[in-house]
Amino acid sequence: MAEAVKWESDDINTLDLQQIDPSRPDIFQTDRWQDVFARLRAEAPVHYCANGMEGPFWSLTRYEDIKYCDQHADLFSSDGTIVLADPEVDFPLPMFIAMDAPKHDQQRKVVSPVVAPMNLKALEGTIRQRVQTILDGLPVGKTFNWVDLVSIELTTQMLATLFDFPFEDRRKLTRWSDVATADEFSGVVESEEQRRAELYECLTYFNNLWQERAGKGSGNDLISMLANNETTRSMSPQEFLGNLVLLIVGGNDTTRNSITGGVLALNQYPGEYDKLRANPELIPNMVAEIIRWQTPLAYMRRTALTDTEVGGKLIRKGEKLAMWYISGNRDETVFEDAHALRIDRPNARQHLSFGFGIHRCMGNRLAEMQLRVLWEEIMRRFSFVEVVGAPTRVQSSFVKGYSDLPVVLHAL
Amino acid sequence: MPKITFISHNGKENVVDAIEGQSLMSAAIDNGVPGIDADCGGECSCATCHVMVADGWFAKTGGPNVNEEAMLDLNPERTPTSRLSCQIKVTNALDGLVVNLPEFQF
Repeated sequence: MAEAVKWESDDINTLDLQQIDPSRPDIFQTDRWQDVFARLRAEAPVHYCANGMEGPFWSLTRYEDIKYCDQHADLFSSDGTIVLADPEVDFPLPMFIAMDAPKHDQQRKVVSPVVAPMNLKALEGTIRQRVQTILDGLPVGKTFNWVDLVSIELTTQMLATLFDFPFEDRRKLTRWSDVATADEFSGVVESEEQRRAELYECLTYFNNLWQERAGKGSGNDLISMLANNETTRSMSPQEFLGNLVLLIVGGNDTTRNSITGGVLALNQYPGEYDKLRANPELIPNMVAEIIRWQTPLAYMRRTALTDTEVGGKLIRKGEKLAMWYISGNRDETVFEDAHALRIDRPNARQHLSFGFGIHRCMGNRLAEMQLRVLWEEIMRRFSFVEVVGAPTRVQSSFVKGYSDLPVVLHAL
Repeated sequence: MPKITFISHNGKENVVDAIEGQSLMSAAIDNGVPGIDADCGGECSCATCHVMVADGWFAKTGGPNVNEEAMLDLNPERTPTSRLSCQIKVTNALDGLVVNLPEFQF
Protein backbone atom coordinates (compact mmCIF):
# COMPACT_ATOMS: atom_id res chain seq x y z
CA MET A 1 0.00 0.00 0.00
CA ALA A 2 1.39 3.39 -1.01
CA GLU A 3 1.83 6.04 1.62
CA ALA A 4 -0.59 8.94 1.43
CA VAL A 5 0.93 12.34 0.71
CA LYS A 6 -0.75 15.09 2.71
CA TRP A 7 -2.63 17.68 0.72
CA GLU A 8 -2.56 21.23 1.98
CA SER A 9 -5.93 22.22 3.32
CA ASP A 10 -6.73 24.75 0.62
CA ASP A 11 -5.38 23.17 -2.54
CA ILE A 12 -8.20 20.74 -3.31
CA ASN A 13 -9.51 23.17 -5.91
CA THR A 14 -6.22 23.64 -7.72
CA LEU A 15 -4.75 20.16 -7.45
CA ASP A 16 -4.35 18.29 -10.76
CA LEU A 17 -7.40 16.10 -11.20
CA GLN A 18 -5.14 13.12 -11.85
CA GLN A 19 -3.57 13.52 -8.44
CA ILE A 20 -6.82 13.30 -6.56
CA ASP A 21 -7.33 10.02 -4.71
CA PRO A 22 -10.76 10.22 -3.09
CA SER A 23 -10.16 6.98 -1.22
CA ARG A 24 -7.63 8.55 1.17
CA PRO A 25 -8.88 7.95 4.70
CA ASP A 26 -7.62 11.31 5.98
CA ILE A 27 -10.09 13.33 3.90
CA PHE A 28 -12.89 11.58 5.78
CA GLN A 29 -11.35 11.89 9.20
CA THR A 30 -10.78 15.61 8.68
CA ASP A 31 -14.23 16.03 7.10
CA ARG A 32 -12.89 17.44 3.83
CA TRP A 33 -14.55 14.95 1.52
CA GLN A 34 -17.26 17.45 0.51
CA ASP A 35 -14.85 19.63 -1.49
CA VAL A 36 -13.13 16.65 -3.08
CA PHE A 37 -16.35 15.12 -4.36
CA ALA A 38 -17.94 18.44 -5.33
CA ARG A 39 -14.95 19.00 -7.61
CA LEU A 40 -15.07 15.50 -9.08
CA ARG A 41 -18.82 15.71 -9.72
CA ALA A 42 -18.30 19.01 -11.56
CA GLU A 43 -15.09 18.32 -13.45
CA ALA A 44 -14.54 14.57 -13.66
CA PRO A 45 -17.68 12.70 -12.65
CA VAL A 46 -16.20 9.40 -13.83
CA HIS A 47 -12.66 9.82 -12.56
CA TYR A 48 -9.61 7.64 -12.99
CA CYS A 49 -6.99 7.55 -10.28
CA ALA A 50 -3.83 5.81 -11.50
CA ASN A 51 -2.00 5.92 -8.20
CA GLY A 52 -4.63 5.03 -5.66
CA MET A 53 -3.57 3.75 -2.28
CA GLU A 54 -4.97 0.39 -3.32
CA GLY A 55 -3.90 0.62 -6.94
CA PRO A 56 -5.62 2.21 -9.91
CA PHE A 57 -9.38 2.61 -9.76
CA TRP A 58 -12.33 4.53 -11.20
CA SER A 59 -14.61 6.71 -9.11
CA LEU A 60 -18.28 7.22 -9.95
CA THR A 61 -19.48 10.36 -8.21
CA ARG A 62 -22.82 11.29 -9.80
CA TYR A 63 -26.13 9.82 -8.65
CA GLU A 64 -27.24 8.43 -12.01
CA ASP A 65 -23.93 6.75 -12.88
CA ILE A 66 -23.77 5.13 -9.44
CA LYS A 67 -27.32 3.86 -9.72
CA TYR A 68 -26.64 2.49 -13.20
CA CYS A 69 -23.60 0.58 -11.99
CA ASP A 70 -25.38 -0.75 -8.92
CA GLN A 71 -28.30 -1.95 -11.05
CA HIS A 72 -26.07 -3.87 -13.44
CA ALA A 73 -24.64 -6.76 -11.47
CA ASP A 74 -24.25 -8.50 -14.84
CA LEU A 75 -21.68 -5.88 -15.92
CA PHE A 76 -20.08 -5.01 -12.59
CA SER A 77 -19.10 -7.84 -10.31
CA SER A 78 -18.98 -7.98 -6.51
CA ASP A 79 -17.08 -11.25 -6.59
CA GLY A 80 -14.22 -11.36 -4.09
CA THR A 81 -14.59 -8.02 -2.35
CA ILE A 82 -16.64 -4.84 -2.11
CA VAL A 83 -13.80 -2.62 -0.86
CA LEU A 84 -10.95 -1.16 -2.91
CA ALA A 85 -8.26 -3.27 -1.25
CA ASP A 86 -8.04 -6.59 -3.07
CA PRO A 87 -8.78 -9.68 -0.97
CA GLU A 88 -5.89 -11.19 0.95
CA VAL A 89 -4.95 -14.44 -0.76
CA ASP A 90 -3.87 -16.10 2.47
CA PHE A 91 -6.87 -14.89 4.47
CA PRO A 92 -9.96 -14.87 2.26
CA LEU A 93 -13.27 -13.96 3.89
CA PRO A 94 -16.01 -15.14 1.53
CA MET A 95 -19.32 -13.43 2.30
CA PHE A 96 -22.44 -13.12 0.22
CA ILE A 97 -22.20 -9.34 -0.23
CA ALA A 98 -18.96 -10.10 -2.10
CA MET A 99 -20.42 -12.77 -4.38
CA ASP A 100 -22.35 -12.71 -7.63
CA ALA A 101 -25.49 -14.63 -8.51
CA PRO A 102 -26.39 -17.42 -8.05
CA LYS A 103 -24.36 -18.05 -4.87
CA HIS A 104 -25.09 -14.58 -3.52
CA ASP A 105 -28.82 -15.15 -3.88
CA GLN A 106 -28.71 -18.60 -2.27
CA GLN A 107 -26.83 -17.47 0.82
CA ARG A 108 -28.69 -14.19 1.25
CA LYS A 109 -32.01 -15.97 1.16
CA VAL A 110 -31.01 -18.11 4.15
CA VAL A 111 -30.60 -15.16 6.51
CA SER A 112 -32.88 -12.46 5.09
CA PRO A 113 -36.10 -13.69 6.77
CA VAL A 114 -34.69 -12.60 10.15
CA VAL A 115 -34.82 -8.95 9.05
CA ALA A 116 -37.95 -9.21 6.91
CA PRO A 117 -40.82 -6.90 7.95
CA MET A 118 -42.96 -9.63 9.54
CA ASN A 119 -40.18 -10.63 11.90
CA LEU A 120 -39.36 -6.99 12.62
CA LYS A 121 -42.94 -6.33 13.63
CA ALA A 122 -42.50 -8.95 16.34
CA LEU A 123 -39.18 -7.34 17.37
CA GLU A 124 -40.39 -3.74 17.65
CA GLY A 125 -41.59 -4.11 21.25
CA THR A 126 -38.21 -5.48 22.34
CA ILE A 127 -36.38 -2.71 20.55
CA ARG A 128 -38.56 -0.03 22.14
CA GLN A 129 -38.04 -1.48 25.59
CA ARG A 130 -34.26 -1.53 25.13
CA VAL A 131 -34.25 2.01 23.79
CA GLN A 132 -36.26 3.16 26.80
CA THR A 133 -33.88 1.45 29.23
CA ILE A 134 -30.83 2.94 27.53
CA LEU A 135 -32.29 6.47 27.42
CA ASP A 136 -33.58 6.32 31.00
CA GLY A 137 -30.09 5.38 32.19
CA LEU A 138 -28.37 8.40 30.63
CA PRO A 139 -27.12 11.31 32.74
CA VAL A 140 -29.08 14.54 32.22
CA GLY A 141 -27.11 17.80 32.25
CA LYS A 142 -23.72 16.09 32.18
CA THR A 143 -21.37 15.65 29.23
CA PHE A 144 -20.99 12.10 27.90
CA ASN A 145 -20.02 10.29 24.69
CA TRP A 146 -23.21 9.61 22.72
CA VAL A 147 -21.41 7.09 20.50
CA ASP A 148 -20.52 4.84 23.40
CA LEU A 149 -23.61 5.06 25.59
CA VAL A 150 -26.27 5.14 22.89
CA SER A 151 -25.14 4.38 19.32
CA ILE A 152 -22.91 1.42 20.14
CA GLU A 153 -25.02 0.14 22.99
CA LEU A 154 -28.26 0.08 21.05
CA THR A 155 -26.92 -1.48 17.85
CA THR A 156 -24.91 -4.05 19.79
CA GLN A 157 -27.93 -5.11 21.86
CA MET A 158 -29.92 -5.49 18.66
CA LEU A 159 -27.23 -7.60 17.05
CA ALA A 160 -26.96 -9.80 20.15
CA THR A 161 -30.71 -10.41 19.84
CA LEU A 162 -30.52 -11.35 16.16
CA PHE A 163 -27.68 -13.81 16.85
CA ASP A 164 -29.17 -14.91 20.19
CA PHE A 165 -25.67 -14.09 21.44
CA PRO A 166 -24.83 -14.26 25.17
CA PHE A 167 -25.98 -10.82 26.29
CA GLU A 168 -23.22 -10.18 28.84
CA ASP A 169 -20.58 -10.76 26.13
CA ARG A 170 -22.23 -8.43 23.62
CA ARG A 171 -19.40 -5.87 23.48
CA LYS A 172 -17.29 -8.57 21.87
CA LEU A 173 -19.52 -8.02 18.82
CA THR A 174 -18.63 -4.32 18.80
CA ARG A 175 -14.95 -5.16 19.01
CA TRP A 176 -15.10 -7.74 16.22
CA SER A 177 -17.00 -5.29 14.04
CA ASP A 178 -14.26 -2.68 14.52
CA VAL A 179 -11.50 -5.24 14.01
CA ALA A 180 -13.06 -6.63 10.83
CA THR A 181 -12.92 -3.27 9.03
CA ALA A 182 -9.65 -2.13 10.63
CA ASP A 183 -6.62 -1.23 8.57
CA GLU A 184 -3.25 0.32 9.31
CA PHE A 185 -4.79 3.79 9.58
CA SER A 186 -7.66 3.04 11.91
CA GLY A 187 -5.63 2.52 15.06
CA VAL A 188 -7.95 -0.32 16.07
CA VAL A 189 -5.27 -3.03 15.89
CA GLU A 190 -1.47 -2.96 16.10
CA SER A 191 -0.86 -5.37 13.24
CA GLU A 192 -2.46 -7.59 10.66
CA GLU A 193 -1.45 -10.59 12.81
CA GLN A 194 -3.41 -9.19 15.72
CA ARG A 195 -6.39 -8.55 13.44
CA ARG A 196 -6.43 -12.14 12.22
CA ALA A 197 -5.98 -13.51 15.73
CA GLU A 198 -8.98 -11.55 16.98
CA LEU A 199 -11.08 -12.67 14.02
CA TYR A 200 -10.16 -16.30 14.77
CA GLU A 201 -11.32 -15.71 18.33
CA CYS A 202 -14.60 -14.52 16.83
CA LEU A 203 -14.79 -17.64 14.68
CA THR A 204 -14.09 -19.92 17.64
CA TYR A 205 -16.74 -18.22 19.76
CA PHE A 206 -19.35 -18.54 17.03
CA ASN A 207 -18.30 -22.10 16.20
CA ASN A 208 -19.31 -23.08 19.73
CA LEU A 209 -22.71 -21.47 19.26
CA TRP A 210 -23.00 -23.23 15.89
CA GLN A 211 -22.22 -26.63 17.45
CA GLU A 212 -24.81 -26.06 20.17
CA ARG A 213 -27.48 -25.16 17.66
CA ALA A 214 -26.77 -27.40 14.64
CA GLY A 215 -29.38 -30.10 14.22
CA LYS A 216 -31.66 -28.44 16.78
CA GLY A 217 -34.56 -27.72 14.46
CA SER A 218 -35.83 -24.25 13.88
CA GLY A 219 -34.10 -21.64 16.04
CA ASN A 220 -35.08 -18.18 14.87
CA ASP A 221 -31.64 -16.62 15.24
CA LEU A 222 -29.07 -16.08 12.52
CA ILE A 223 -26.70 -18.80 13.76
CA SER A 224 -29.41 -21.46 13.89
CA MET A 225 -30.53 -20.42 10.42
CA LEU A 226 -27.04 -20.80 8.97
CA ALA A 227 -26.31 -24.01 10.87
CA ASN A 228 -29.50 -25.76 9.84
CA ASN A 229 -30.02 -24.65 6.28
CA GLU A 230 -29.09 -27.02 3.49
CA THR A 231 -27.34 -24.26 1.50
CA THR A 232 -25.16 -22.98 4.32
CA ARG A 233 -24.65 -25.77 6.82
CA SER A 234 -21.56 -27.09 5.05
CA MET A 235 -19.82 -23.71 4.76
CA SER A 236 -16.07 -23.72 5.32
CA PRO A 237 -14.81 -22.01 8.50
CA GLN A 238 -13.51 -19.04 6.47
CA GLU A 239 -16.85 -18.69 4.74
CA PHE A 240 -18.67 -18.86 8.07
CA LEU A 241 -16.34 -16.19 9.42
CA GLY A 242 -16.82 -14.07 6.30
CA ASN A 243 -20.58 -14.13 6.59
CA LEU A 244 -20.42 -13.44 10.33
CA VAL A 245 -18.27 -10.40 9.65
CA LEU A 246 -20.78 -9.27 7.07
CA LEU A 247 -23.71 -9.56 9.46
CA ILE A 248 -21.80 -8.01 12.37
CA VAL A 249 -20.49 -5.05 10.39
CA GLY A 250 -23.72 -4.67 8.45
CA GLY A 251 -25.79 -4.57 11.61
CA ASN A 252 -23.40 -2.57 13.71
CA ASP A 253 -21.16 0.04 12.09
CA THR A 254 -23.86 1.34 9.82
CA THR A 255 -26.79 2.09 12.11
CA ARG A 256 -24.36 3.09 14.85
CA ASN A 257 -23.10 5.94 12.72
CA SER A 258 -26.54 7.01 11.53
CA ILE A 259 -27.60 7.25 15.19
CA THR A 260 -24.66 9.55 15.88
CA GLY A 261 -24.94 11.39 12.56
CA GLY A 262 -28.57 12.28 13.23
CA VAL A 263 -27.71 14.04 16.49
CA LEU A 264 -24.84 15.88 14.83
CA ALA A 265 -26.91 16.94 11.82
CA LEU A 266 -29.82 18.25 13.93
CA ASN A 267 -27.33 20.34 15.89
CA GLN A 268 -25.75 21.70 12.72
CA TYR A 269 -29.20 22.56 11.36
CA PRO A 270 -31.10 23.83 14.42
CA GLY A 271 -34.05 24.93 12.28
CA GLU A 272 -34.60 21.26 11.45
CA TYR A 273 -34.53 20.35 15.15
CA ASP A 274 -37.28 22.98 15.65
CA LYS A 275 -39.29 21.38 12.85
CA LEU A 276 -38.94 18.01 14.56
CA ARG A 277 -40.06 19.40 17.94
CA ALA A 278 -43.07 21.01 16.29
CA ASN A 279 -43.94 17.94 14.27
CA PRO A 280 -42.65 14.54 15.47
CA GLU A 281 -44.70 12.89 12.70
CA LEU A 282 -41.80 13.84 10.47
CA ILE A 283 -39.67 11.14 12.15
CA PRO A 284 -40.07 8.43 9.46
CA ASN A 285 -39.02 10.81 6.69
CA MET A 286 -36.31 12.26 8.90
CA VAL A 287 -34.89 8.77 9.33
CA ALA A 288 -34.47 8.40 5.55
CA GLU A 289 -32.95 11.88 5.40
CA ILE A 290 -30.49 11.09 8.20
CA ILE A 291 -29.40 7.95 6.36
CA ARG A 292 -28.90 10.04 3.21
CA TRP A 293 -27.03 12.78 5.06
CA GLN A 294 -24.78 10.39 6.96
CA THR A 295 -24.24 7.73 4.27
CA PRO A 296 -22.66 5.34 6.79
CA LEU A 297 -20.86 3.37 4.08
CA ALA A 298 -19.18 5.87 1.78
CA TYR A 299 -18.78 3.56 -1.22
CA MET A 300 -19.04 0.04 -2.60
CA ARG A 301 -16.50 -1.38 -4.99
CA ARG A 302 -17.24 -3.30 -8.18
CA THR A 303 -15.02 -4.91 -10.82
CA ALA A 304 -15.92 -4.55 -14.51
CA LEU A 305 -16.78 -7.92 -16.08
CA THR A 306 -16.58 -6.54 -19.59
CA ASP A 307 -15.59 -3.30 -21.35
CA THR A 308 -18.39 -0.89 -20.47
CA GLU A 309 -18.98 2.80 -21.00
CA VAL A 310 -20.17 4.82 -18.01
CA GLY A 311 -20.72 8.57 -18.23
CA GLY A 312 -18.76 8.71 -21.49
CA LYS A 313 -15.70 6.89 -20.13
CA LEU A 314 -14.64 3.42 -21.16
CA ILE A 315 -14.09 1.17 -18.18
CA ARG A 316 -12.17 -1.92 -19.20
CA LYS A 317 -12.75 -5.48 -18.16
CA GLY A 318 -11.00 -6.22 -14.87
CA GLU A 319 -10.70 -2.59 -13.74
CA LYS A 320 -12.08 -1.70 -10.35
CA LEU A 321 -14.42 1.10 -9.53
CA ALA A 322 -15.84 2.75 -6.45
CA MET A 323 -19.48 3.83 -6.44
CA TRP A 324 -19.26 6.80 -4.09
CA TYR A 325 -22.68 6.75 -2.42
CA ILE A 326 -21.55 9.65 -0.26
CA SER A 327 -21.07 11.76 -3.38
CA GLY A 328 -24.25 10.63 -5.14
CA ASN A 329 -26.17 11.58 -2.01
CA ARG A 330 -24.82 15.13 -2.40
CA ASP A 331 -25.65 15.37 -6.11
CA GLU A 332 -27.50 18.68 -6.50
CA THR A 333 -29.25 17.49 -9.67
CA VAL A 334 -31.18 15.01 -7.50
CA PHE A 335 -31.16 16.55 -4.00
CA GLU A 336 -31.69 20.29 -3.75
CA ASP A 337 -29.36 21.95 -1.22
CA ALA A 338 -27.90 18.46 -0.91
CA HIS A 339 -25.38 19.27 1.79
CA ALA A 340 -28.10 20.33 4.22
CA LEU A 341 -30.24 18.13 6.42
CA ARG A 342 -33.91 18.71 5.56
CA ILE A 343 -36.07 16.40 7.60
CA ASP A 344 -39.08 16.98 5.34
CA ARG A 345 -37.12 16.48 2.10
CA PRO A 346 -39.67 15.03 -0.34
CA ASN A 347 -37.31 12.59 -2.07
CA ALA A 348 -35.18 11.60 0.93
CA ARG A 349 -36.05 7.93 0.40
CA GLN A 350 -34.31 7.95 -2.97
CA HIS A 351 -30.90 8.12 -1.28
CA LEU A 352 -28.15 5.73 -2.36
CA SER A 353 -27.05 4.65 1.12
CA PHE A 354 -28.72 1.22 0.86
CA GLY A 355 -27.58 0.68 -2.70
CA PHE A 356 -29.87 -0.48 -5.52
CA GLY A 357 -30.22 -3.84 -7.23
CA ILE A 358 -29.67 -7.34 -5.88
CA HIS A 359 -27.12 -6.21 -3.28
CA ARG A 360 -29.45 -3.60 -1.76
CA CYS A 361 -29.02 -3.50 2.00
CA MET A 362 -30.78 -6.48 3.54
CA GLY A 363 -31.19 -4.86 6.97
CA ASN A 364 -32.57 -1.54 5.71
CA ARG A 365 -35.94 -1.95 7.42
CA LEU A 366 -34.33 -2.92 10.71
CA ALA A 367 -32.06 0.13 10.51
CA GLU A 368 -34.99 2.41 9.81
CA MET A 369 -37.00 0.92 12.63
CA GLN A 370 -34.20 1.32 15.17
CA LEU A 371 -33.72 4.96 14.22
CA ARG A 372 -37.45 5.67 14.21
CA VAL A 373 -38.05 4.11 17.63
CA LEU A 374 -34.97 5.84 19.04
CA TRP A 375 -36.12 9.29 17.89
CA GLU A 376 -39.69 8.69 19.07
CA GLU A 377 -38.39 7.88 22.54
CA ILE A 378 -35.84 10.73 22.55
CA MET A 379 -38.62 13.24 21.81
CA ARG A 380 -40.65 11.90 24.74
CA ARG A 381 -37.80 12.57 27.16
CA PHE A 382 -35.48 15.32 26.05
CA SER A 383 -36.01 18.81 24.66
CA PHE A 384 -32.50 18.88 23.25
CA VAL A 385 -29.62 16.47 22.70
CA GLU A 386 -26.98 19.17 22.58
CA VAL A 387 -23.63 18.57 20.92
CA VAL A 388 -21.04 20.31 23.12
CA GLY A 389 -17.79 19.48 21.34
CA ALA A 390 -16.34 18.44 18.02
CA PRO A 391 -16.97 14.86 16.91
CA THR A 392 -14.05 12.48 16.47
CA ARG A 393 -14.35 10.89 13.04
CA VAL A 394 -13.11 7.47 12.05
CA GLN A 395 -10.11 7.39 9.71
CA SER A 396 -11.64 5.31 6.97
CA SER A 397 -12.88 5.93 3.46
CA PHE A 398 -15.34 3.02 3.72
CA VAL A 399 -17.04 3.31 7.11
CA LYS A 400 -18.08 6.92 7.46
CA GLY A 401 -18.34 7.09 11.19
CA TYR A 402 -17.58 8.56 14.59
CA SER A 403 -15.85 7.32 17.70
CA ASP A 404 -16.81 10.23 19.94
CA LEU A 405 -19.57 12.81 20.07
CA PRO A 406 -19.79 14.75 23.35
CA VAL A 407 -23.37 15.71 24.20
CA VAL A 408 -25.43 17.10 27.06
CA LEU A 409 -29.06 16.10 27.48
CA HIS A 410 -31.75 18.63 28.39
CA ALA A 411 -34.88 17.22 29.98
CA LEU A 412 -38.32 18.17 28.60
CA MET B 1 -58.95 4.98 -18.48
CA PRO B 2 -58.40 1.50 -17.04
CA LYS B 3 -59.70 1.14 -13.49
CA ILE B 4 -57.32 -0.48 -11.05
CA THR B 5 -58.15 -1.60 -7.52
CA PHE B 6 -55.43 -1.63 -4.86
CA ILE B 7 -56.40 -3.51 -1.70
CA SER B 8 -54.30 -2.76 1.35
CA HIS B 9 -53.43 -5.41 3.95
CA ASN B 10 -56.31 -4.30 6.17
CA GLY B 11 -58.81 -4.75 3.35
CA LYS B 12 -59.25 -1.08 2.41
CA GLU B 13 -59.83 -0.65 -1.31
CA ASN B 14 -58.48 2.20 -3.41
CA VAL B 15 -59.88 2.37 -6.92
CA VAL B 16 -57.93 4.59 -9.29
CA ASP B 17 -58.29 5.65 -12.91
CA ALA B 18 -54.91 4.79 -14.37
CA ILE B 19 -53.45 6.24 -17.53
CA GLU B 20 -52.67 3.84 -20.36
CA GLY B 21 -48.91 3.45 -20.74
CA GLN B 22 -47.94 4.44 -17.23
CA SER B 23 -46.69 1.86 -14.75
CA LEU B 24 -48.94 0.42 -12.10
CA MET B 25 -46.54 1.89 -9.52
CA SER B 26 -46.98 5.40 -10.96
CA ALA B 27 -50.74 4.97 -11.01
CA ALA B 28 -50.62 4.21 -7.28
CA ILE B 29 -48.21 7.04 -6.39
CA ASP B 30 -50.00 9.64 -8.55
CA ASN B 31 -53.29 8.80 -6.88
CA GLY B 32 -51.93 8.77 -3.33
CA VAL B 33 -52.42 5.06 -2.73
CA PRO B 34 -50.53 4.24 0.48
CA GLY B 35 -48.31 1.19 0.90
CA ILE B 36 -45.91 1.61 -2.02
CA ASP B 37 -42.49 3.18 -1.41
CA ALA B 38 -40.84 2.94 -4.86
CA ASP B 39 -37.50 4.13 -3.48
CA CYS B 40 -35.65 3.63 -6.77
CA GLY B 41 -38.23 5.62 -8.72
CA GLY B 42 -39.42 2.78 -10.94
CA GLU B 43 -36.25 1.11 -12.15
CA CYS B 44 -36.74 -2.40 -10.82
CA SER B 45 -33.90 -2.08 -8.34
CA CYS B 46 -35.35 -1.68 -4.83
CA ALA B 47 -38.37 -4.01 -4.79
CA THR B 48 -40.37 -1.60 -2.61
CA CYS B 49 -43.38 -1.46 -4.96
CA HIS B 50 -44.27 -5.11 -4.36
CA VAL B 51 -47.88 -6.12 -5.07
CA MET B 52 -49.68 -9.45 -5.14
CA VAL B 53 -51.90 -9.78 -8.19
CA ALA B 54 -55.41 -11.07 -7.46
CA ASP B 55 -56.59 -14.46 -8.69
CA GLY B 56 -57.23 -14.63 -12.40
CA TRP B 57 -55.22 -11.52 -13.28
CA PHE B 58 -51.65 -12.75 -12.93
CA ALA B 59 -51.31 -14.20 -16.44
CA LYS B 60 -52.76 -11.02 -17.94
CA THR B 61 -49.97 -8.96 -16.36
CA GLY B 62 -47.45 -11.02 -18.31
CA GLY B 63 -45.41 -12.34 -15.37
CA PRO B 64 -42.09 -11.03 -14.08
CA ASN B 65 -39.22 -10.19 -16.44
CA VAL B 66 -35.64 -11.36 -15.81
CA ASN B 67 -34.49 -8.38 -13.71
CA GLU B 68 -37.72 -8.35 -11.77
CA GLU B 69 -37.43 -12.07 -11.09
CA ALA B 70 -33.96 -11.48 -9.61
CA MET B 71 -35.30 -8.85 -7.20
CA LEU B 72 -38.49 -10.73 -6.28
CA ASP B 73 -36.55 -13.90 -5.67
CA LEU B 74 -34.74 -12.26 -2.74
CA ASN B 75 -37.95 -11.31 -0.95
CA PRO B 76 -38.89 -13.89 1.72
CA GLU B 77 -42.45 -12.55 1.69
CA ARG B 78 -42.94 -13.27 -2.01
CA THR B 79 -46.11 -15.12 -3.07
CA PRO B 80 -46.83 -17.00 -6.34
CA THR B 81 -48.53 -13.91 -7.82
CA SER B 82 -46.03 -11.32 -6.60
CA ARG B 83 -44.96 -8.59 -9.01
CA LEU B 84 -43.09 -5.33 -8.82
CA SER B 85 -45.68 -2.77 -9.82
CA CYS B 86 -43.13 -0.54 -11.58
CA GLN B 87 -42.72 -3.35 -14.12
CA ILE B 88 -46.43 -3.66 -14.99
CA LYS B 89 -47.50 -1.37 -17.80
CA VAL B 90 -51.11 -0.25 -17.62
CA THR B 91 -53.09 -1.17 -20.75
CA ASN B 92 -56.78 -1.30 -21.56
CA ALA B 93 -56.56 -5.08 -21.23
CA LEU B 94 -55.88 -4.53 -17.52
CA ASP B 95 -59.10 -2.55 -16.97
CA GLY B 96 -60.56 -3.96 -13.74
CA LEU B 97 -57.22 -5.31 -12.44
CA VAL B 98 -57.12 -6.01 -8.71
CA VAL B 99 -53.86 -6.17 -6.74
CA ASN B 100 -53.20 -6.69 -3.03
CA LEU B 101 -50.58 -4.71 -1.13
CA PRO B 102 -48.30 -6.27 1.48
CA GLU B 103 -48.42 -4.92 5.04
CA PHE B 104 -44.82 -3.74 4.67
CA GLN B 105 -42.50 -3.19 1.74
CA PHE B 106 -39.09 -4.88 2.07
